[in-house]
Amino acid sequence: MEKSPEQHKYKNSFLNWIEFRLPIVSYIEKEYKDYPMPKNCNYFWSFGALATILLVVLIVSGIFLAMNYTPHTDMAFDSVERIMRDVSYGWLLRYMHSNGSAFFFIVVYIHILRGMYYGSYKYPRELNWILGVFIYLLMMATSFLGYTLPWGQMSYWGATVITNLFSAIPLVGDGLKTWILGDYTVGNATLNRFFALHYVLPFVILGVVGLHVVAVHVHGSNNPAGIDIKSKGDTVSFFPYMIVKDTLAVCVCGVAISVIIFFGPNLMAEVDNYIPADPLVTPSHIVANWYLAPFYAILRAIPDKLGGVVLMFAAILILFVLPWLDTSKTKSCNYRPVYKWFMMLFFVNFFVLGYVGMKPAAGTYLLIARIGLVYYFVFLLILTPFIGKFEKPKKIPASISDILKDNNLSKSEHESGMH
Amino acid sequence: MKVLLLTFLFLMPSFCILASGNDTEMPKHEWSFGGITGTFDRASIQRGYKVYREVCSGCHSMSLLYYRDLIDIGFSEEEVKAISAEYTVQDGPNDEGEMFERPARPSDRFVSPFANEQEARMNNNGSYPPDLSVITKAKKHGADYIYNLLLGYKEPPEDYEIGEGMYYNEWKEGHQIAMAPPLDEGYVDYDDGTENTLPQLSEDVTTFLVWSAEPELEVRKNLGIKVILFFIIFGIFIYISKKRLWREIH
Repeated sequence: MEKSPEQHKYKNSFLNWIEFRLPIVSYIEKEYKDYPMPKNCNYFWSFGALATILLVVLIVSGIFLAMNYTPHTDMAFDSVERIMRDVSYGWLLRYMHSNGSAFFFIVVYIHILRGMYYGSYKYPRELNWILGVFIYLLMMATSFLGYTLPWGQMSYWGATVITNLFSAIPLVGDGLKTWILGDYTVGNATLNRFFALHYVLPFVILGVVGLHVVAVHVHGSNNPAGIDIKSKGDTVSFFPYMIVKDTLAVCVCGVAISVIIFFGPNLMAEVDNYIPADPLVTPSHIVANWYLAPFYAILRAIPDKLGGVVLMFAAILILFVLPWLDTSKTKSCNYRPVYKWFMMLFFVNFFVLGYVGMKPAAGTYLLIARIGLVYYFVFLLILTPFIGKFEKPKKIPASISDILKDNNLSKSEHESGMH
Repeated sequence: MKVLLLTFLFLMPSFCILASGNDTEMPKHEWSFGGITGTFDRASIQRGYKVYREVCSGCHSMSLLYYRDLIDIGFSEEEVKAISAEYTVQDGPNDEGEMFERPARPSDRFVSPFANEQEARMNNNGSYPPDLSVITKAKKHGADYIYNLLLGYKEPPEDYEIGEGMYYNEWKEGHQIAMAPPLDEGYVDYDDGTENTLPQLSEDVTTFLVWSAEPELEVRKNLGIKVILFFIIFGIFIYISKKRLWREIH
């Protein structure tokens, strides 16, 4: 059999050598250079890239932290403080990691809300949305595990409260809890396995992120108008047009995160976590990480423990079926005059839930949490399917190029009007 | 797009402000290390260390500190050797398998006043004086809380029932504190002639505690300015290139 001749696609002979044996060069070229992005994408489309970069920052800083950390109940707290004091730039590693995880959540939340507002979860990107929700679930698990590692008061009591939830499950609950903890109470066995899991889960996240990116590149990115790409004129190539926007987004995000890391590194931390874990002293109120607080609010809004746990998990799992709950063919809320406002209210509601999740579950806070909980489910289960059926969407432009043309027209009219 | 953006711009800061929550009005003190370019007042930390050594260390440990750390606040190596030598630590076993006591070295951690928590409680009316190494990070309002606490001892209001062996303090949660008023005017004599009033003693010891909790503070802020400047300058260049690149697209 005749061998196919080695092709000479690239100037660089090394790239040709690689390409012939593993076509990774053309893959990168296709996906990260020529990849067509809709022209009208705004800066909300940079949050995916931001999240990926933050994930890498977290993994790298985490590996260096793990080199200096001791997962033992007697030594964990001191080893974290040793990182802060005696390891070269250890304070930077730790503050990057702890605040980086908070920013990772902020960025991912904006990324999710963008996906919801512009209907990115709809056909043909449903699987992409499902992978995204899966990433979000993994993130929550990972951040909870990481929160226990410094073995401060909040670490210990947070772990106790959350693992206690599993005991609410009928029949198997207590056994399951013991199996998770590796002991009857949160202890050294728990800390050890939480460390092992906290180390490995981010790599699982990275893998799912890979699938998430591959999946979005199959049908291309959505855009603020939510309409399909009709011609090449609707798009720009990823390099350099998107890269330059993403880099600018990185700079802005870099300033924001640096302000926190260098000038208020503990603003987003709980003060109680600088007190070593003490099983005999319960903190006056145990709070979840603020980025998990909306779900913590839902959990505590229900007087019944099992009911609270079920609703909390339901609140997350329901997101998986959002593409099928939404009956509207129109993707972008820009063209959905009614649903748009309920969507905004959903975002506000989520923030409010987060706020009351940080406060004691009593009095007005409890009442607000219950109202918020009701709206959360009513929006997803009732409003989303029904509004889609009855709402009359605004007229959708024929193509992306048309939108830009219209914009330019109105802009020039506006300018000539000023003269 | 604009509505969405405005929602975020409005929600993010309001959430942060609400979540940080100001339950009590904590009077703010002017600190040398506050602000973007704040640095530690070395003389104040040294005086604060003297207050800690002569007063606080009777009950409170600072087990995360090493004597060698004192070099950072301006003591010479000889002075640190002399300071550490005043304390004894247990070491061993030696060649005969015996544990023995020796003077502490700069590489030893601060010697704790009590052997264990039980002994500490035994000597303090059942209460456990917390370790002070990171205390300003472990309390809401940090330095301001500690400073106000030290000045906050008062006669309890008439209808207030105070527990046995407890003291009334304006800033402690629940107003009852097991610690007797630790400082007062003239408790510690300063070598540099600074007046030893109660506010001065409190300010100095708080500065020392902040340094102990965040010894990296000066390096951190210094690096922070450089990193932020980098992002801003790099960002401006990127912004200009973006404008140029996209001009033909729009």
